Amino acid sequence: MDFLSIILDILLSAAFWTAVLRIATPYVLGTLGELVCERAGVLNLGIEGIMTLGAMAGWMAVYQGADLWTGVLVAAACGALLGLLHAALTVPLGLSQHVTGIGVTLLGTSLSYFVYRLVLPQASTPPTIVPFQPLDLPGAFAQTPLTYLALALVGVVAYALYRTPVGLAVRMVGEHPAAAEAQGLNVTAIRIGAVMAGSALMGLAGAFLTLSAFNAFFFNMVNGRGWICIALVVFASWRPGKALLGALLFALFDALQLRLQQASGGVLPYQLFLMMPYLLSILALVLVARRASYPRALMIPYRKGER
Amino acid sequence: MSSPTTGGPEVVLRLAGISKRFGPLLANDAISLTLRAGEVLALLGENGAGKTTLMNILFGHYVADEGTIEAFGRPLPPGSPRAALAAGIGMVHQHFTLADNLSVLDNIAVGTESLWRLRSDRGGARRRLLDLSQRFGLAVRPDALVGDLSVGERQRVEILKALYRDARILILDEPTAVLTPQESAGLFDTLRRLTADGLAVVFISHKMNEVFAASDTVAVLRAGRLVATHPTASTDRAKLAELMVGRSVKPPAPAPLSPGEPVLELAGVTVASGHARPLLDAVDLTVRRHQVIGVAGVSGNGQSALAELVSGLIRPDAGQVSLKGSVVHHADPADMVRRGVARIPEDRHSAGLVGAMAVWENLIAERYRDPAFSRFGVLRRDAARAHARRVIEEFDVRCPGPDARTQLLSGGNMQKLILGRTLAYGPDLILASQPTRGLDIGAVSYVHSRLLDARAAGAGVLLISEDLDEILALADCVTVAYHGRLTPLLPHDRVSVSQLGLLMAGHWDILRDILPETPRENGNAA
Repeated sequence: MDFLSIILDILLSAAFWTAVLRIATPYVLGTLGELVCERAGVLNLGIEGIMTLGAMAGWMAVYQGADLWTGVLVAAACGALLGLLHAALTVPLGLSQHVTGIGVTLLGTSLSYFVYRLVLPQASTPPTIVPFQPLDLPGAFAQTPLTYLALALVGVVAYALYRTPVGLAVRMVGEHPAAAEAQGLNVTAIRIGAVMAGSALMGLAGAFLTLSAFNAFFFNMVNGRGWICIALVVFASWRPGKALLGALLFALFDALQLRLQQASGGVLPYQLFLMMPYLLSILALVLVARRASYPRALMIPYRKGER
Repeated sequence: MSSPTTGGPEVVLRLAGISKRFGPLLANDAISLTLRAGEVLALLGENGAGKTTLMNILFGHYVADEGTIEAFGRPLPPGSPRAALAAGIGMVHQHFTLADNLSVLDNIAVGTESLWRLRSDRGGARRRLLDLSQRFGLAVRPDALVGDLSVGERQRVEILKALYRDARILILDEPTAVLTPQESAGLFDTLRRLTADGLAVVFISHKMNEVFAASDTVAVLRAGRLVATHPTASTDRAKLAELMVGRSVKPPAPAPLSPGEPVLELAGVTVASGHARPLLDAVDLTVRRHQVIGVAGVSGNGQSALAELVSGLIRPDAGQVSLKGSVVHHADPADMVRRGVARIPEDRHSAGLVGAMAVWENLIAERYRDPAFSRFGVLRRDAARAHARRVIEEFDVRCPGPDARTQLLSGGNMQKLILGRTLAYGPDLILASQPTRGLDIGAVSYVHSRLLDARAAGAGVLLISEDLDEILALADCVTVAYHGRLTPLLPHDRVSVSQLGLLMAGHWDILRDILPETPRENGNAA
């Protein structure tokens, strides 16, 4: 009874839903980015490193005097560049997407720390910037512009994938590259383009952390969010709308566990609550993903003239 | 159909001196061809003769080392499917290039619009598709997922895909390989409607009857060279076969033998294993000594399950399997080999041989625990190599030696290796699944003669094949697989190809005409 009323109190507070949307934002962007890559047939395990680089580069640009939106663009461009590296190795050269992706993550992460230390060798407490401020809207709608951008991008990506020729081409090269080529499409170019676009979204996801959620760059601040996005893509059956749903669900669990930690007053070890969103995600994944139909050519390199 | 004459319709396609080399192999050797509007050209040749390579060059999948292509009087840039499409050339590949998870309309429309349009014109695409579909009598459902379509429907989608792009030259690579005889006849009707509209068609085939059913002109390729081009009407089967192979070919002639005692009996065997529809549904079948039983059918009607059952890979959920009169309980593959079953698997690359291992290792793969080949858990490599040398000699396997890696062998030599592995031990039952798929005529006749030798020596042969000519040439009795069920055995001389085609499509009512009031040997009713 007591427990239920605590939950009810939490669910009825506007601050809780504000937090859910805020927590969900990087997952929405990252999952969309991964989804675009995978729809074109390329698994991008570089997401964790790309998000880290986006977080660092966006923040660094603003710290060096650029305005916030320029920082956002810098983060997206850096993401696209790492995406180009991943695509160059996995698409024309056909290297293992797993190994390359892990390499990109290691590179993106260490490059970010390296550049940060290079520019700020002495900083003991992380310097701060003035981040995006929440819009002056009531209740849970008081979000920063990047959250609204993420929500808008769900619609944009869904429209692009299902209603435009280029989206159909992306889905085709992820399903059956030989068929796409027989229809006169350039499989290599489309895959590279999709990976770059998806990686730019991952860069945005990182930038949200340093330009919106916080005001500084910390080491290890992406903290596995990229890996969660990989699972959310499967949960979403590679569909943008369901990706939003999955991200919101995960964020809801996360926001809930934070508040339950406080409400439990130290009776239970806080690690139990930390585990909750991950456990529930695994459960959701098991229930949903068994029926998922993945892009048929996912993780299969395409070489012209071979079948 | 119009027949081309010197002053006839315009030449739409001209290949001049096309050569293509893959390493040491000369796949195309200075091939020149012309094609006229309204003409159906059959490109006939054995596997490996270079037919598909030539068409892949034409469509831009490969770049020729030498030679030029002209379409509608203009040179075609090499190596670009996009340029070939733009020039009005459409290709229907042997393995369909369709994405299962996308709709028919998506598969057809992809790549036909500028990629950077902000909105696809799906309404216009749908109207155009339905219009073409009506004009050429190719019924399709635009919104169906390709994965849900039958093979014949998928082929219609492929043809429509080419027509949608205004193809005036249509290349079909082995279009009938996956079709029932009735579906093939429908395809040939379609081709006639297309040529009546002025399209030119090239179809690649290694089946003689199709050449006569559908083509105006036949071009024969052998070992990469164009050996002859004839108007189809002025040639005949024997002549074409000789041109294809380079020597005269005798069809196999099984000597009449009276069947002996049963070696394999299936009684009411059902294999369901979690599928919505059973893979095998209450099947009765008897194979006797000195007998070849042919199992015909479109692939996916239970043949694989039947083969796996007899190999011991799966066990029946109901019914029983008997070998040489004793019931088999808890079968496994090693047990079936010990009981005298010789297996020629459907896919020699994935299930027959281990490509990365040596010839001698593959040859003892079924019997490496036999004391002849191992002692105290240690392989007797010398004995195994000596055995390999004997098999290589006896079965005429062309390979560098027992230590050669198997993947370096040609398909025909791989199949000889598999024959040598199993037939060397005088089996009682031979399970031959698609034993000649992908082999050239020489290797096919070798495999056939070996199977018939084994039959003469007292083995029963269960021949599962999608090639009706092969079944009718070898089998004493035929059964047709449809949706996991088998027809009663039909004597090979009382059933025609068209009747088999109807049975393959599920029209079992005609069984009454084939088997009037005869007692059913297989006892399906029992």
